[in-house]
Amino acid sequence: MGDKVLKVLKENTMLIVLVAVVLFFNFTTKGMMLQPSQFNALITQNAYVYVLATGMLMCMLTGGNIDLSCGSFVCLVGVIGAKVMVEKQMPVIVGVLVMLIVGVIYGALLGAIIAYVNIPPWIATLAGFLALRGWGVALMNGASNISPLPVSFSTAFTGKLNDLLGGPVIGGVQYNMTSIVVGIIISIVAVFLLLKGRATKLKKGYQADSLLSVVVKCVVITAAIMLFAYKLSLAGGIPFALLWVAAIVVIYSFITSMTDFGRYFYTIGGNAEATRLSGIDTKKIMFIAYLNMAVLTVVSAFLTMGRFQAANSTAGTNYEMDAISACVVGGVSAYGGSGTVFGMIIGATLIGVINLGMSLMGIDANWQKVVKGVVLLGAVVFEILNNKKNAVK
Amino acid sequence: MGKILLEMKSITKEFPGVKALDNVNLQVEEGEIHALVGENGAGKSTLMNVLSGIYPFGSYTGDIVYNGEVCQFQKIKDSEEKGIVIIHQELALIPYMSIGENMFLGNEQGRKSAIDWDKTYAEADKYLRMVGLSESSRTLIKDIGVGKQQLVEIAKALAKHAKLLILDEPTSSLNETDSKALLDLLLKFKQEGMTSIIISHKLNEVSYVADKITVIRDGSTIETLDKNVDDISEDRIIKGMVGREMTDRFPKRNDVHIGDIAMEVKDWTVYHPQFSERKVVDGVSMNVRKGEVVGIAGLMGAGRTELAMSIFGKAYGTNISGQLFLNGQEVQLKNIKDAIKHKLAYVTEDRKGNGLILSNPIKVNTTLANLSSLTSHRVIDKDKEYLVAEDYRDKLKTKCPTVEQNVGNLSGGNQQKVLLAKWMFANPDVLILDEPTRGIDVGAKYEIYCIINDLVAAGKSVIMISSELPEVLGMSDRIYVMNEGKMVGEMSGAEASQESIMSCILKS
Repeated sequence: MGDKVLKVLKENTMLIVLVAVVLFFNFTTKGMMLQPSQFNALITQNAYVYVLATGMLMCMLTGGNIDLSCGSFVCLVGVIGAKVMVEKQMPVIVGVLVMLIVGVIYGALLGAIIAYVNIPPWIATLAGFLALRGWGVALMNGASNISPLPVSFSTAFTGKLNDLLGGPVIGGVQYNMTSIVVGIIISIVAVFLLLKGRATKLKKGYQADSLLSVVVKCVVITAAIMLFAYKLSLAGGIPFALLWVAAIVVIYSFITSMTDFGRYFYTIGGNAEATRLSGIDTKKIMFIAYLNMAVLTVVSAFLTMGRFQAANSTAGTNYEMDAISACVVGGVSAYGGSGTVFGMIIGATLIGVINLGMSLMGIDANWQKVVKGVVLLGAVVFEILNNKKNAVK
Repeated sequence: MGKILLEMKSITKEFPGVKALDNVNLQVEEGEIHALVGENGAGKSTLMNVLSGIYPFGSYTGDIVYNGEVCQFQKIKDSEEKGIVIIHQELALIPYMSIGENMFLGNEQGRKSAIDWDKTYAEADKYLRMVGLSESSRTLIKDIGVGKQQLVEIAKALAKHAKLLILDEPTSSLNETDSKALLDLLLKFKQEGMTSIIISHKLNEVSYVADKITVIRDGSTIETLDKNVDDISEDRIIKGMVGREMTDRFPKRNDVHIGDIAMEVKDWTVYHPQFSERKVVDGVSMNVRKGEVVGIAGLMGAGRTELAMSIFGKAYGTNISGQLFLNGQEVQLKNIKDAIKHKLAYVTEDRKGNGLILSNPIKVNTTLANLSSLTSHRVIDKDKEYLVAEDYRDKLKTKCPTVEQNVGNLSGGNQQKVLLAKWMFANPDVLILDEPTRGIDVGAKYEIYCIINDLVAAGKSVIMISSELPEVLGMSDRIYVMNEGKMVGEMSGAEASQESIMSCILKS
């Protein structure tokens, strides 16, 4: 029993650290951390990280490969979109399509250079890092931003889900009923899936987790979902950014854990030659990793533009580092082959919480960077030492 | 009898699951050239690694007495200080550095604060002349041929003030002229009092230079032949190398019906992927029938792996030419996926490097080559996958707590079983097994042989590449012998013997 508890603790170290950090900041900021508005801020300020880190995860799985160019590409593709929508006065849908097409072209080019010409990813993307922002800023002809973006565009990425159900006002506070209902539905679905998974396992006669551990899991997950739903209902409802992020992480979580295609990313990172000799087109997988990265970068650019309601010359600065940090802190191996979407979410959230908490405490921005650097290094050292103990003989 | 320079007493060295050296004794006199011979994997290189401190004191048992004192080498530097210098089979030179830089790598000339380049190159030139090279020591390694590179290695050893020179297959990558020059150089050094140990497969060379020959087989010393006392003809040495009793190390195969030809290649030629003028496989023709085990014997580097991989969907090589027939139909395999679809399987010799994903569980490895059979709309049926992995675990008697276990935590024999399971699950008709029992213990070997028997009993064809002659003889219905990219012999399993195969290789 003791071993089991230890194992559970070990597997969820980052989650526990996250909870501890939230409680720590809540204490030091005298309860400000858990205010509804902070939940909202956490999501809207970090939405881009979740999206970019999802793409970065797919790249890193293939062998610790990274994309340094995504931050600069956010800038370039934003400028192009803004030019179409603001300067040319084209419909929003055209702007969105143009941006996606540019994303596909850049991704295909980058993927081809890396997968088929065998240029090391960090060099190929370093070139993009330098060139793309320069190009984007040059296109702005000296302006520092292009605005205002059409309202419908901004709302689609930064608005909040209207309260369709009409929530009650209790004690002078407007409760957003939709938020609560969505929370309940997701909780029910999550519990249903967990219980069904166990039931099928038992029915087919496989080894399944004990009922107790499944119930504990259900309680923890439901509590987390409902806490979020409750806080968001107080903060005016579900932000659209959360819906975008949720859709993407659910899709990629499914791909990486359930499909053969997703598994090949892991096996390439584990042993590329063995994967190739098993009849899998490893070059194609590499190509797709970078194509996918570019498309997700465009989505991230949507969210960024929506949040600032403009295309900026500084948009996307250091985004590549944020995405890599989120992955690494979330336990994605820097050598490839291991890491999950869930882990990445925890990593991104942890960094977001640390940012938010330190800002609330009024810590100088430069010291914030120092702390983030230490956290990043600490996470990797922890990961390596932890793996070393049960290392491959 | 001269003074004994080196004596290795009852050296035993174990790797997880395998006893590489078992009570080995070796005596080397001062000023002689002593040859170590034995089959691949007999333990020659391991013994020399023990001597030079690559396997540090404590990781083996037994004593090394050098120059009258017992030595306990912790690292290579320790043995080099005493004048024991080893030159490995693979050249350890850095291509984009000059001869001089390579020669004094780790032994830099000058003060601690700065390297004295003039001295480095002057010294290097001096040693180059000693080995008969006229190149400037400022020449880059990549600009001189392999033969000269081997001489640079020797000059490098001299620069370390070697008293005992160990050469591990020094001529394996050299042509005849270069080999002769190198051997003559060794004889010249002998005149000057140098002691050498040479490991070689080329028995004519051994007869030419060696004063004494120690034969190692299965990790034990068998005999030491003295040039002045014993017969050291090639046949005599071969007898020592292979003369082992064949008991029931191989399971009986009961009445397997050998059917039609399942796979045939004709005039198969493959060039090296990087050095595209080099022929690696040269006009090979061979076939395998249903229910038949065909062995391919040969030394390392004979081109057997390259042959197998090039057949397997062009997984190796460029400019592949020749015809491939499967069940009588000529086919063109574009890639590995195509080869698997045509029911071919290649089980690699390098299970850790090319075969398995050590950081992934057994079940993931088992299903990797045929994952699509477990998916619907690309979603993996993980329950079914688990069952498949469990099924193979039972069938092959893989010892593991669960199939969720990472492959990296298994022993070599069990890893090999997972690798076999992976390719059996791909449901091939023809399996090419490359060194299927390398580095695993006798018990696990027997189990692998049983699996091979089950495969042919089910009507599959097995091509077994192996450097262990007893294994080839014990398992094969028919044997091909390959050397330097060519097929140099074919014989039925019944009429083949270790001597006939060895002389096929050595006299080709």
